[in-house]
Amino acid sequence: MKILVCISNVPDTTSKINFTDDNSRFDTSGVQFVINPNDEFGLTRAMWFKEKGGATVHVATVGEATTEPTIRKALAIGADEAIRVDAEPTDGFFVATQLAEVVKQGGYDLVICGRESIDYNGGMVPGIMASLLGMNFVNTCIGLEADGDQATAVREIDGGKETLRTTLPLIIAGQKRLVEESDLKIPNMRGIMMARQKKLNVVPPVEASPASEDLRFEKPAPKGAVTLVDATQVGELVRLLHSEAKVI
Amino acid sequence: MSVLVYTESENGKFRKNALEVASYGSEVARLLGSSATALSINNENPSQLGDYGIASVLEVTDEALDPFNANAYAQLVADAAAQAGAKVVILSSSADAKFMAGLLAGKLKAGYVPNVVGLPESTSPLVVRRTAFSNKGFANTKILTDIKIIGLSKNAFGVVENKVEAKVEAFSASLDSSLFSTASVEVDKVVGKATIADADIVVSGGRGLKGPENWGMIEELADVLGAATACSKPVSDLGWRPHSEHVGQTGKPVASNLYIAIGISGAIQHLAGVNAAKTKVVINIDPEAPFFKAADYGIVGDAFEVVPELIEKLKEFKAQNA
Ligand SMILES: Cc1cc2nc3c(=O)[nH]c(=O)nc-3n(C[C@H](O)[C@H](O)[C@H](O)COP(=O)(O)OP(=O)(O)OC[C@H]3O[C@@H](n4cnc5c(N)ncnc54)[C@H](O)[C@@H]3O)c2cc1C
Repeated sequence: MKILVCISNVPDTTSKINFTDDNSRFDTSGVQFVINPNDEFGLTRAMWFKEKGGATVHVATVGEATTEPTIRKALAIGADEAIRVDAEPTDGFFVATQLAEVVKQGGYDLVICGRESIDYNGGMVPGIMASLLGMNFVNTCIGLEADGDQATAVREIDGGKETLRTTLPLIIAGQKRLVEESDLKIPNMRGIMMARQKKLNVVPPVEASPASEDLRFEKPAPKGAVTLVDATQVGELVRLLHSEAKVI
Repeated sequence: MSVLVYTESENGKFRKNALEVASYGSEVARLLGSSATALSINNENPSQLGDYGIASVLEVTDEALDPFNANAYAQLVADAAAQAGAKVVILSSSADAKFMAGLLAGKLKAGYVPNVVGLPESTSPLVVRRTAFSNKGFANTKILTDIKIIGLSKNAFGVVENKVEAKVEAFSASLDSSLFSTASVEVDKVVGKATIADADIVVSGGRGLKGPENWGMIEELADVLGAATACSKPVSDLGWRPHSEHVGQTGKPVASNLYIAIGISGAIQHLAGVNAAKTKVVINIDPEAPFFKAADYGIVGDAFEVVPELIEKLKEFKAQNA
């Protein structure tokens, strides 16, 4: 089985979010970038297929050279080879078009993405790819087994979960629970050394235009101070929720 | 630029998000100087959408479409958009809508903007405001394609009554069997309990509750409020509560009207996932807990004393307002 894990390079979850250039861009200064947490679950699942079934695992990202440390980390975790599409990831449609091309060139049986990247929260890349490639697709995937070209996937739904039967070639969008968090792979020294020898192919983007454009960013308005209610006056909280906030 | 609204039904009834996107869609159509058509699938009373400003409904009745199937639904929505001549398609933020959205965007070669928080900032070009960076920012996003897809955040617009007469017309699309190559085997869903996705109120417990045996009062509080229960990440990691209750940046998002956090410190990753809730209440023994900076109302106190008292007071309130 040949697996492609699509990786998004995102600000660490503790990052302070600021904007620059007249609020038209995300300010990356001082920000630590990591593998998108949703993609990390998928990468670990891919390593499981490699260890148990001898799968070949490639990782791909659409991004400029600054994303290479994140890709190297994925290689250190155990991916065999990496592809970087050398372009600024302008919007979800553009990124999906680039990754679809990588899938076409590589002939993958299974493509693992994350349910959304935690920066722009688009959650559209895997679905658009599936549509462009005519591949089966399962979103918010929390379980995946494959046997030959048959696959069983579990997805999270509102208020529960659903088990789906499908076939490879398949794209999934993973998230927490796809693997146990305690099983998440982290790079060790040997992995980091080996990653240096692994191939990181830089490919030019294919012609594609974005479908949307972020014109301006803004931070949420500063929050007013909390209204504190004394622990001995709990009834006052009920009153405030009813007559002031009007939520009960 | 006419508008198509995709409405979701469950057991033949509209989900609340369907009424919200109908309300929103009819208002967007009005701003565009056009009209809104809704697509209704396996619903007993599609004309109900007229109460929310929808004058035209395409009604689909087809057993093969129950349960939800993302590919088939995407095809159906694409066909309905063509039938209605719609240039703007509106979806909710439900799990099913988000599953379908990318497939639909690919099919229609449409720009899709999810997590939209209000009416368009401008209609020509179409610019919408949405959350980004897990609720730590907003973006004004211009959609550049001929057909445009808007994903509305839950509770961003609300359910707004605006009665018109809805004309309901039967609609069907030719759904090729290949669309069902990914098929549902089993749906495992809690019944008769509010879910985090749909509930107006969410009651959430953190590590401050010390252990799973103490969740009785959380459930009782949720019961009194008709709320869904949720928890912080370590609580589900420790196995105190099911993973499906984990909310936050890496768990489920919360966008309810009211969120009550009990024994939760308010870590940045937790807040990122719950900040979209309209009113936030925190109950925490530590006055320095970061959640107090993000909350609207707070009580500094021991949850084991405050929560039972709150349940009592709410019961009294309910008795008086019954
Ligand atoms: C990549 C990443 C992703 C993450 N994603 C999430 C996420 O999605 N969701 C999430 O929740 N967390 C997430 N976290 C974890 C997050 O950083 C915090 O560790 C977590 O939210 C803390 O949970 P807590 O508030 O329940 O526990 P604690 O931080 O341990 O807080 C417990 C609180 O209970 C209070 N308390 C104690 N006793 C009482 C009492 N008797 N009465 C009242 N209050 C009491 C304490 O004062 C304290 O504030 C993530 C972390 C990382 C690194």
